[in-house]
Amino acid sequence: MAKTKLKTGAQMVVDILVDEGVEILWGLTGGAVLPIFDALYQNSDRIRLVDTRHEQGAIHMAEGYAKATGRVGVCIATSGPGATNIVTGLTDAYMDSVPLVAITGQVPSHLIGTDAFQEADVVGITRSCTKHNFLVKSIQELPQIMRDAFFIARTGRPGPVLVDIPKDIAAASAEVPYPKHSTVPLSKLVPTIDFSQVEKIADLIKHAKRPLIYAGGGVINAGASDALYKFARKTNIPVTLTLMGLGAYPANDRQFIDMLGMHGSYRANMALTYCDLLIAIGSRFDDRVTGKLSEFSPSSKKVHIDIDPTSIGKNVHVDAHVLGDMNTILAALIKQVGSQDYDEWYDQIDGWQKKHPLIAYDQKPTAPVLPQFVVDEIFRLTKGDAIITTEVGQHQMWAAQYYKFNKPRRWITSGGLGTMGFGFPAAIGAAFAFPDATVIDIAGDGSFQMTMQELAIVKQHNLNVKTIILNNKFLGMVKQWQDLFFDKRYASTSIPVQPDFVKLAECYGLKGYRADTAKDTTTVLEQALRSKEGCIVDIMVDPEEHVYPMVPAGAANKDMVLSKEQDRERVMAEMKAKGAKK
Amino acid sequence: MRHTISVLVHNHAGVLSRVSNLFSARGYNIDSLVVGVTDNPKISRITIVVRGDERVMDQVEKQLNKLIDTIQVVDLTNEDFIARDLALIKVKAEANTRSQVMEIVQCFDGKIVDVALKSFIIEVTGKESKINAVVELLKNYGILEMVRTGEVAISRGKKVQEEAEKKVKVKAGKAGQSNL
Repeated sequence: MAKTKLKTGAQMVVDILVDEGVEILWGLTGGAVLPIFDALYQNSDRIRLVDTRHEQGAIHMAEGYAKATGRVGVCIATSGPGATNIVTGLTDAYMDSVPLVAITGQVPSHLIGTDAFQEADVVGITRSCTKHNFLVKSIQELPQIMRDAFFIARTGRPGPVLVDIPKDIAAASAEVPYPKHSTVPLSKLVPTIDFSQVEKIADLIKHAKRPLIYAGGGVINAGASDALYKFARKTNIPVTLTLMGLGAYPANDRQFIDMLGMHGSYRANMALTYCDLLIAIGSRFDDRVTGKLSEFSPSSKKVHIDIDPTSIGKNVHVDAHVLGDMNTILAALIKQVGSQDYDEWYDQIDGWQKKHPLIAYDQKPTAPVLPQFVVDEIFRLTKGDAIITTEVGQHQMWAAQYYKFNKPRRWITSGGLGTMGFGFPAAIGAAFAFPDATVIDIAGDGSFQMTMQELAIVKQHNLNVKTIILNNKFLGMVKQWQDLFFDKRYASTSIPVQPDFVKLAECYGLKGYRADTAKDTTTVLEQALRSKEGCIVDIMVDPEEHVYPMVPAGAANKDMVLSKEQDRERVMAEMKAKGAKK
Repeated sequence: MRHTISVLVHNHAGVLSRVSNLFSARGYNIDSLVVGVTDNPKISRITIVVRGDERVMDQVEKQLNKLIDTIQVVDLTNEDFIARDLALIKVKAEANTRSQVMEIVQCFDGKIVDVALKSFIIEVTGKESKINAVVELLKNYGILEMVRTGEVAISRGKKVQEEAEKKVKVKAGKAGQSNL
């Protein structure tokens, strides 16, 4: 216990933040949170506060920072509308297991429940989108709650924790010793490893002829990428990654067979369907991965390594599972497994790859720019060394397919919730963490317009954030579904009126670029990436492009659609069938 | 299948709402949910009767355990346990039916706790099936109003959830008061 001194609640909050190693946080002030902002202002030599234009921007910046660094991201907002503006970010962080602490001001204790000005039941509203939340009832419990919040956010499966602090408690003074530890027992958040299950898994691996590793974001959260690499290389088992897992295993490794799932590669989804042992590591059998459950990897035994007990058996029955710290589990497993050549299995996978490789677009110099080409060019020009964030939609899937990640924490995207408007502020958060890195938000024109007010932050803090818009003047992914399933009726997906993104950049004092040919694309990308300043690159791309492969929602993974031609055939066949019924 | 689950939780503000929220958010079906403090004022016990197959019950247990305020979750269904439900039933009792109603109450070991000119209030305790039987019989005389507590349950013999309770230090707090 530290020596006690008379301190305000706001000062206690700042002290614990600093003690927890927080160097930076993002927020927007307001009446109820004023005392805490005042304390942050007075302690600006110990902790950096970044004022954002919108609370959603603040929380996504904290998420971007957390995903890029693995540390706890922190944001702060005022009561009522300030707090409700971070609800999307909290839900996003909960779905994608992002360690986050959100601090919100609340109306003074005696006004709670009176429908006071800017009052909202924030702990009530955020109960189902946080790992845990607290309403501080007295200044005496404030330091302990702050300590617990950080412990809960980063321990076990990471997640967001919200602390709601009434204004009178932040402003009050008391002598409260700072606790050193959380009151939450470690065993509550990290299960004990059952090593007999590790043996069982090793045994299943020994007898498998066609094993497949299916790893996800949990590997990155656990800092277990190296362990995964060692495990895969020792066993020689092919590896596929989920959207959230990209970077957990080097994309240039010969055992890597690309992303799986709805827009995964042909070989990954076929391997998933025909493997005889599926080893899920830090992944959660999401519906975007499994496709039609009854036909999901039908002939395989399944094993699951994770830290969250609720992930086991939630969607898919597994034959063996082990819970706990992934590095420890993988280290134990590595000791018990040997190597096999799996020649036939690799031949089969190579056969699938030859039949339908991913790189299948044909960029003609004079034709409209293909979005895949743009991502390829970004990859080429950055030598695969940038931090890439994305918004949500077609551009996100092309970025996932065509940018190759060899290291973890270079790929920052909203997977579970699919939050449009995430990528730009997330890129800003990552840029604060790594000021010397090239941070690129691969954006869609629809998503970017949701949080583009944060351009001011890029200018103010001189951040090297490049927003590259794949502009098709559509909400492209929804349009793709309308093309395929709604007879091309483009209900609400066209965006005919847009700002001039070049001028938009300029009016914020940033540089703007535009390209509408392949040649110009390369030129402007070179210019933009050479500069160390933030900018917008607006690239007009072909609105008729679709993301392939695609497993239609509810279909089996093996029934993925690989091209527009195949789509057309499928639609024709369906129409024929419909006609026959009449 | 019907399961009786006993959950020990920290007696913190909002716990009940976390638990009930979990059930509604994940679409689990609850028959009843009863909450009250234990002998340790820092801890409350929630008894939940829930219906679901093995997969659902597995998730219910894990999801309950995931809540930070949860100390221990036990599915009593697999054990030898005592379950009780209490009902207060206001039933019509006219001059010509009074004795019949009293006889039924006696048969089920119930009590008449209030007598009015044309009605009784009956208190009856027991397993859910017993209460159901009383209710069925009393329907013939006309039930005016009734209230049931829902099931509370505890395992027989050595207290299985005792160990978990000991882990939580008792600090000064008013016994018998719930902060939920």
